[in-house]
Amino acid sequence: MSFPWAKQYEPTNPLMKYLDEKLPLPRFVYNAVGAGYPVPRNLSYMWNFGVLAGFCLVLQIVTGVVLAMHYAANSAVAFDSVEHIMRNVNWGWAMRYAHANGASAFFVVIYLHIFRGLFYSSYKAPREMIWLIGVVIFLLMMATAFMGYVLPWGQMSFWGAKVITGLFGAIPLIGESLQVWLLGGYAPDNAALNRFFSLHFLLPFVIAGCVILHIWALHIPGSSNPTGVEVKSESDTLPFHPYYTAKDGFGLGVFLLIYCAFVFFMPNALGHPDNYIPANPLSTPAHIVPEWYFYPFYAILRAFTVDFILPAQLWGVLAMFASILVWFFLPWLDKSPVRSGHYRPLFRKFFWFGLIPTMAALFYLGGAPAAEPYVMLSQLFTAYYFLHFLVILPIISSIERPEPLPFSITEAVLKSDKKAVQGENASPAV
Amino acid sequence: MIRLVGILVGLGFAFVSLLAFVVGAYNQATEPAAETAEYAFHEPAHNPRGGFSFDGLAPRWDVAQLQRGYQVYKEVCAACHSLNQVSFRNLADLGYTEEEVKAEAASWLVPGIDPNTGEASTRPGLPTDRFPDPYANEVMAAAANNNAIPPDLSLMAKARHHGSAYLYSLLTGYQEPSAELAERFPDSVPGPGLYHNPYFANLNLAMAPPLTTTGQVTYADGTEATVRQMSQDVAAFLTWTAEPSLVDRVSMGWIVMGFLLFVTILAWLAKKNVWASVKPRRED
Repeated sequence: MSFPWAKQYEPTNPLMKYLDEKLPLPRFVYNAVGAGYPVPRNLSYMWNFGVLAGFCLVLQIVTGVVLAMHYAANSAVAFDSVEHIMRNVNWGWAMRYAHANGASAFFVVIYLHIFRGLFYSSYKAPREMIWLIGVVIFLLMMATAFMGYVLPWGQMSFWGAKVITGLFGAIPLIGESLQVWLLGGYAPDNAALNRFFSLHFLLPFVIAGCVILHIWALHIPGSSNPTGVEVKSESDTLPFHPYYTAKDGFGLGVFLLIYCAFVFFMPNALGHPDNYIPANPLSTPAHIVPEWYFYPFYAILRAFTVDFILPAQLWGVLAMFASILVWFFLPWLDKSPVRSGHYRPLFRKFFWFGLIPTMAALFYLGGAPAAEPYVMLSQLFTAYYFLHFLVILPIISSIERPEPLPFSITEAVLKSDKKAVQGENASPAV
Repeated sequence: MIRLVGILVGLGFAFVSLLAFVVGAYNQATEPAAETAEYAFHEPAHNPRGGFSFDGLAPRWDVAQLQRGYQVYKEVCAACHSLNQVSFRNLADLGYTEEEVKAEAASWLVPGIDPNTGEASTRPGLPTDRFPDPYANEVMAAAANNNAIPPDLSLMAKARHHGSAYLYSLLTGYQEPSAELAERFPDSVPGPGLYHNPYFANLNLAMAPPLTTTGQVTYADGTEATVRQMSQDVAAFLTWTAEPSLVDRVSMGWIVMGFLLFVTILAWLAKKNVWASVKPRRED
């Protein structure tokens, strides 16, 4: 892959030469995230979040593996084993808070990464496969995070597990048996806790595998960029190292500052106090809520309160899954040849004044109690959510007149490109 | 084709959720949800005057206060509430010497086994023992407390919103239900065996006011044991039992933040340096 002007790996050190002959791992790294990967020169800080997401995955795996050394996945002792980590394991509290807040940090980064993809239409050809794998990674993350939240076996763990697995019970005919099969019983208990632990340990490695596919697929067309104009010549690109390693390094520093402020100064701010009460199947918490990163989807789930042909609960479940599955179809729903939202006036309006307020509202409403006016607001925003992706986006992509694109990335950055031909500016680059 | 199907699916979901909205709005207009007593009379937790020494960004443990709070727990709360995540050895954090911890542990009776007969018995505690449960089992706890099992207190300060303030507010917040409450929400007036407290989630709790009179505990350090003082002290003690690493965590946090700030500035300078040659010059 890669552009013809990509730098070649030329080891000078005899050991590296030997290694390159026998197992060209250094060459592989050089071409993946080193000087051998030419990247558009105009990437903004919105392009930092891929690297940060990778960092979060490693952080979660490292802290998680250490926590697993001390945790006991048995419903009789799980809660106490977490407290044992907090109190008696050296630096156990740091590991656990790093892991719990690491999950939140991972989702913040992923949401910004997806947001970038949506605004700059990173899902469009030739990058559909990267996007599709990305949505798979997001689904795997959701499953992993949900099962991880069950492990401390507090009240929210238990009741969250009960509500979420209860969703499968809404499926007609097979629902109930499916739910029993998933839980290994009629309610969350030791069997469920054990399998959730097993899968919570397994799935991050599946995610890591998908991340490799994600990056592999990325390296075929190369990174997108804020203009959405494809790379045309060498002057459009810079080698990943040192330019983007330096830029990502600074981004990582800022990320760590914010993340560590949570870990050390307000480690429980994003959690729920009820999860410090041991699971009790006989006492239902007043408000059962998932972790904050599931709020928008939880708001969509709860928005369907009326039976219409199908029972309301089934509508909610279908809508919740559909709200993410719809992302799989984005490359074919949005037919506009222009990628970047910067050159799409109509798209931009609906993005900033439609989708973003809707997501913000759904984030808020998912954590609000299931009472009015919150439910009614969720219903309005849920309707907009589906209309935006499935109706508005396809329609704007056919009727919109995009603004003129720069001839090339070089022109966008330097205001002129010697290779630019007069008049070619108006035609969108595909 | 895919777009046509997409539009139909999108319109379908939007229609059903808007239908639900219309039904909800109609219900809301015809029979608005009744206000609840919890909503009208619940009060948010507040800190004692002067706050707690462990709040904020420069927290510290007031060791004398923790010792007083421990005394309140031991002499009052421990009659009904367990503290089963805490070991006697942890009391060393409260400024007790090793000998004092041993003596303190020995002043509690913990479940043991008679070495001669193998039968269940009790023995004086050792520093490695956890605080013993006041009841042998949940059935006994429920039977002794009008069917309400007194919860374990180890994590109480983290198991409620604003836990330390909540504990203080709850302990000082017992009061007679107001006439307004009795008039508007007769069902929320505490029944037999229940006590009104506006800081409790549903306003009525089964725990009788535990701290009622000045001097209920005679503090070893001579501090006057008012209800507020005892409440504040025991709230501080329970914050320590819930999060013994709190002070270490924040002070470690400052070191980490300082280091990260330094590294981030270096990274920023490195980035500027690397990019200097390729950045277009601004014309301003």
